[in-house]
Amino acid sequence: MKKSVEELMKIRQETLKKMELRENDAHCRIVVGMGTCGISAGARPCLTAIVDEVNKRGLSNVQIVQTGCVGMCRLEPMFDVIIGDKKYTYVDMTPEKSRQVVVEHIVNNRVIHEYTIGEEEKE
Amino acid sequence: MNVKVTIDGKLYEVPSHYTALDACKAANIDIPTLCFLKELNETAACRMCVVEVEGARSLQASCVLKVRDGMKIKTNTKRVQDSRATTLELLLANHNKECLNCDRNGKCELQDLAERFHLKEIYFDSFEKRTPFIDDSSFSIVRDQSKCILCGRCVSACEKIAGMSVLAYTNRGFEANVGTGFNVELDDAGCISCGQCINVCPVGALQEKSHVEQVWDAISDPKKHVVIQTAPAVRAAIGEEFGLPIGTSCTGKMIAAIRRLGVDKVFDTNFAADLTILEEGHELLDRLQNGGKLPLLTSCSPGWIRLIEQYYPELLPNLSSCKSPHQMFGAIIKSYYAEKTKIDPKDIYVVSVMPCTAKKFEMNREELSHNGLKDVDAVLTTRELGRMLKEKGIRFNELPDEDFDHPLGEYTGAGVIFGATGGVMEAALRTVADILTGEDLKDFEYHAVRGFEGIKEAELEIAGNKISIAIAHGGGNARKLMDIIKSGKKEYHFVEIMGCEGGCINGGGQPYVNSHIRNEGIDYKKLRAQVLYNEDKSKEFRKSHHNKEVKQLYDEFLEKPNSHKAHELLHTSYKAREIFPIK
Amino acid sequence: MQYYRAHVLICGGTGCTSGKSLEIKAELEKQLVTYGIENEVKVVMTGCFGLCEAGPIMVVYPEGTFYAHVQVKDVKKIVEEHLFKGRIVKEKLYYEALDEDKVISVNEVEFYAKQKRIALSNCGVIDPENIDEYLAKDGYQALIKVLTDMKPREVIEEIKKSGLRGRGGAGFPTGLKWEFASNYEDDMKYVCCNADEGDPGAFMDRSILEGTPHSVIEAMTIAGYATGSKKGYIYIRAEYPIAVKRLEIAIKQAKDYGLLGNNILDTKFSFDIEIRLGAGAFVCGEETALIESIEGKRGMPRTKPPFPAEKGIWGKPTLINNVETFANIPAIILKGGEWFGSIGTEKSKGTKVFALGGKIKNTGLVEIPMGTTLREVIYGIGGGIPDNKKFKAVQTGGPSGGCLTAEHLDTPIDYDNLVSIGSMMGSGGMIVMDEDTCMVDIARFFLDFTCEESCGKCTPCREGTKRLKEILDKIVAGNGTIEDLDRLENLAGYIKDNALCNLGQTAPNPVISTLKFFRDEYMAHVVDKKCPTSVCKDLLQYTITDKCIGCGSCAKVCPQGCIEPLGKEINSKTKRRQYVIDQNKCIKCGACLEACPPKVKAIIRK
Repeated sequence: MKKSVEELMKIRQETLKKMELRENDAHCRIVVGMGTCGISAGARPCLTAIVDEVNKRGLSNVQIVQTGCVGMCRLEPMFDVIIGDKKYTYVDMTPEKSRQVVVEHIVNNRVIHEYTIGEEEKE
Repeated sequence: MNVKVTIDGKLYEVPSHYTALDACKAANIDIPTLCFLKELNETAACRMCVVEVEGARSLQASCVLKVRDGMKIKTNTKRVQDSRATTLELLLANHNKECLNCDRNGKCELQDLAERFHLKEIYFDSFEKRTPFIDDSSFSIVRDQSKCILCGRCVSACEKIAGMSVLAYTNRGFEANVGTGFNVELDDAGCISCGQCINVCPVGALQEKSHVEQVWDAISDPKKHVVIQTAPAVRAAIGEEFGLPIGTSCTGKMIAAIRRLGVDKVFDTNFAADLTILEEGHELLDRLQNGGKLPLLTSCSPGWIRLIEQYYPELLPNLSSCKSPHQMFGAIIKSYYAEKTKIDPKDIYVVSVMPCTAKKFEMNREELSHNGLKDVDAVLTTRELGRMLKEKGIRFNELPDEDFDHPLGEYTGAGVIFGATGGVMEAALRTVADILTGEDLKDFEYHAVRGFEGIKEAELEIAGNKISIAIAHGGGNARKLMDIIKSGKKEYHFVEIMGCEGGCINGGGQPYVNSHIRNEGIDYKKLRAQVLYNEDKSKEFRKSHHNKEVKQLYDEFLEKPNSHKAHELLHTSYKAREIFPIK
Repeated sequence: MQYYRAHVLICGGTGCTSGKSLEIKAELEKQLVTYGIENEVKVVMTGCFGLCEAGPIMVVYPEGTFYAHVQVKDVKKIVEEHLFKGRIVKEKLYYEALDEDKVISVNEVEFYAKQKRIALSNCGVIDPENIDEYLAKDGYQALIKVLTDMKPREVIEEIKKSGLRGRGGAGFPTGLKWEFASNYEDDMKYVCCNADEGDPGAFMDRSILEGTPHSVIEAMTIAGYATGSKKGYIYIRAEYPIAVKRLEIAIKQAKDYGLLGNNILDTKFSFDIEIRLGAGAFVCGEETALIESIEGKRGMPRTKPPFPAEKGIWGKPTLINNVETFANIPAIILKGGEWFGSIGTEKSKGTKVFALGGKIKNTGLVEIPMGTTLREVIYGIGGGIPDNKKFKAVQTGGPSGGCLTAEHLDTPIDYDNLVSIGSMMGSGGMIVMDEDTCMVDIARFFLDFTCEESCGKCTPCREGTKRLKEILDKIVAGNGTIEDLDRLENLAGYIKDNALCNLGQTAPNPVISTLKFFRDEYMAHVVDKKCPTSVCKDLLQYTITDKCIGCGSCAKVCPQGCIEPLGKEINSKTKRRQYVIDQNKCIKCGACLEACPPKVKAIIRK
């Protein structure tokens, strides 16, 4: 279908969002602990839930990466949410809780303090 | 408009369309050329003609370099001189230099350059040479790649004159070659044997297939009664073989010379040309009056016959069934003449001297024989005749004029002009018009059909009949005209085609015209054609049906044009020929 | 919009494809399904990443993890460890992407960090078969700009201002070329993209077409607008099947979006592009031979003038630019000629893509600003010469270029500098030679190429290059004379001066430059009958010294059976004798040298 300049611009914007992942400067990073401990504690469904939620809400500029064991195996599943230079660590996660974090923390910018551990840290 | 150019320090004013080569010539400097043929092969490939041009990084080929105002050209520096010498040296190093037994010995443009440059040595002579390759599979043309210098003239002639592109460059680099598609034999590659490639070859890489030896054998065989017939165009050019100017009429000397070869009779193909007109003229009348296939296409040129058989087989029904004149002549000699002279036709050896290479192919066609005997036994080109006369030591230029033998030696002006484009058409019209009007018309020169325009057309009114005609010469033009006819865009009644540009006077068997003469712009075709038109003018009888010996032939033997006997002896048939056949 | 938490980019360039990157992609997709993460991870096949030495290449975002030499069998592990569990598979990382224990992202690797990518900017970044990704990377913005608010004349002015010069070899100012083509009036004009990349080892054009085909299509359309042409041809060799396929896809996509065809973006301007496949003759990269080939004739150069701008395809005014030249156009239009002109040297603006090859660690494609020194390219980006060998020479400009030596290493690379030191930019081939390279042999190697690729039209190139090569053959066979050397030099100069086209005129360059800088090597071959680098077999001799212990290992492996114990007696009791090589039968294969026990080392090669 022949496209107008406006339509081309729209395609450009949308594709740009999809490709943002390939730039190294994301607005928000979610780092999920995926060590053996994490996986056996159920990190995998959490990760799937996060991805699903991000997808559902059409969020862009969110990086979801995995990391290994951080040494606090009893608190798994856990993940960090890093926005700007602020980092929060969510622990004892479930898929349901993970979705909540995405909605509250990332979309509404409200940290769910009852799920976090420790203070906000400088990244 | 003129421009100012400096050549070797001197200022000249020359027309702005000039090339540097033209400008140098105007300044009396003869730049060597080899591949260059004006308007035909302007490829700047050989690099013999390089000159120094101020401001140019490398040397420039003067043949294609257009002059500019203020251009400064140097032709005589060491850089130029050494470069040309090296180019020549490189060419010679890869050339089969068996000049002494080369057909072009003394007429070779590469040899001329070698003489001019006086190379001390050919350093690369001991280095590798191109893989030698000889294709002598064709009845007409022999290619010897060991002599080819890849100037590309034949490639251009085949593409632009013959309209065939049968010959083209093949391979790359040092192995680059001139050859046919898929390297098939020439006769399978769509070649029409016109021989235009031979005419432009500067060296001996392209030659006719020689019949000289077999003719000598026949002459020296006491049992053989050797009869030679000469085509009209031969007399217009044979003098060139003996240094006479282009356009010298040599009919009488030619007859005298041939007689001195030791042959038994010298006849003129013109006689058969007149015969052809009667046959073909009546064929035309028959088709016009009885709703036959039109346009009627002439059939005198064997190159053209191959063209139509290979490329336009759907138009074969339009082709006149008349054999070409020399084949008719051969058939008459081995029947009527044999009967009359009481010589066994088996002992008669008919030699046709032709300006043509395609005739060598034609004489081998199965259809062109009678009672198991070929109509014609050998075809010599004009060049081959020249070679034989020289070999015999005949002082051609000093000979008295002699006349053809009789009977079968008489001819009219109409027969003579067969040798130039438009000639067959004009000769036919002279007869047809007289028949249609029932008069002996006084106004019978048809100037509209003369001249060298690629395709000529005319609309004539004869005795109330509108006759539309067209003429094409050279394979390229012939194809254009056939495409027009096929498309139905135009309708004609009668069409003359000759396979060579200009007609037989420029046939593939005519004496070489050196590229210098061609590039001077000398219209050698016109000069040769003029010989024929002058001879036409000088004849008492100028219409074929006025030829008394032809009349006698009908009275005594053939009865009438297109009779049963005439058909048996003088007419033939054609067949579609596949090119690139799968063998 | 589907969100993916990771993008895996796999190189789909010709190099990596022949390294089975298609199979790797298939395996990856299969494994993602096995691990149930196919909806979380996106797989993208891109164009060439440039660092072909490391191929097949796989890059995982968002981390920018740079995996090198990936094989099908590695895929499962990468999926399980990295994509599923989040642990980078360190042993598959590109060697420079791992510093101590720290993983370095692809963009920070020295090979990439030191480059400046304009023509290659999208290569290895976008999916070349997806026009949307090109659009996202500012694609077709330049065309929109040109069609909506620039006059053809202004476009040409912008190109002229940029100082862009032809990237195909000769370096003719592109803006001027456009201007010439636009000045000739005719009912039909053509824009032609020369994608007949022929220099051995050079593949930037292929990579651009494989990695960002839309860049070239956009640029040609802009050129069509600027010069008043409505038809474009891309002449590409059939042996670039991936590039051809991507071009076909790209042209179709551009047509679908109305970016090619009639009334582009609802303006009066119409433009269409046709692909013409070449059979791969080197000479068809020469613009007039290319035109002949497009017209269906044998690819042989025509004489110039008339230049293609006046009489090109079908005798009509034609603008011909090379792929890389075109690939620079959209950026120039978008960012301005001045921006482009600010990069590079005084007379050579912008960047140039080089194909690094030969004796160098990081073989591949690099795009650098003009003016970068050879040293920077070879030792910086290129990673230097393997095995700590000494640098000897670098051949720039492909087979028609020349050899440069160590003294030129600090020369800033641009068109004019390269010509002034006896070489040329050419299409950007850069072949590095180390101390083990014989320069006579190298000259012969290049000559062999030009000799074979000569179209055969003009005498100097057809006959002359062959004779040059034959003289070189004589010299490396030990049969050369001083006269041959003189002949070689004269003939080389003659060909340069007399050949019809640029291919012929530059064919002797390798001979001329090696004679200039390495004459002593020629002399060694001719006078001493020695090859200083022991490359030329015929000049080598294997001999057995006194160290021989008579073990016979050499004789056992000799394929000629020309080693026999005929030397002096070693042991009077056993009558053991030293072995001797029959020099007349020796084929110099070197098997004996290998077979001689390392402790003995009795065989020497000189």
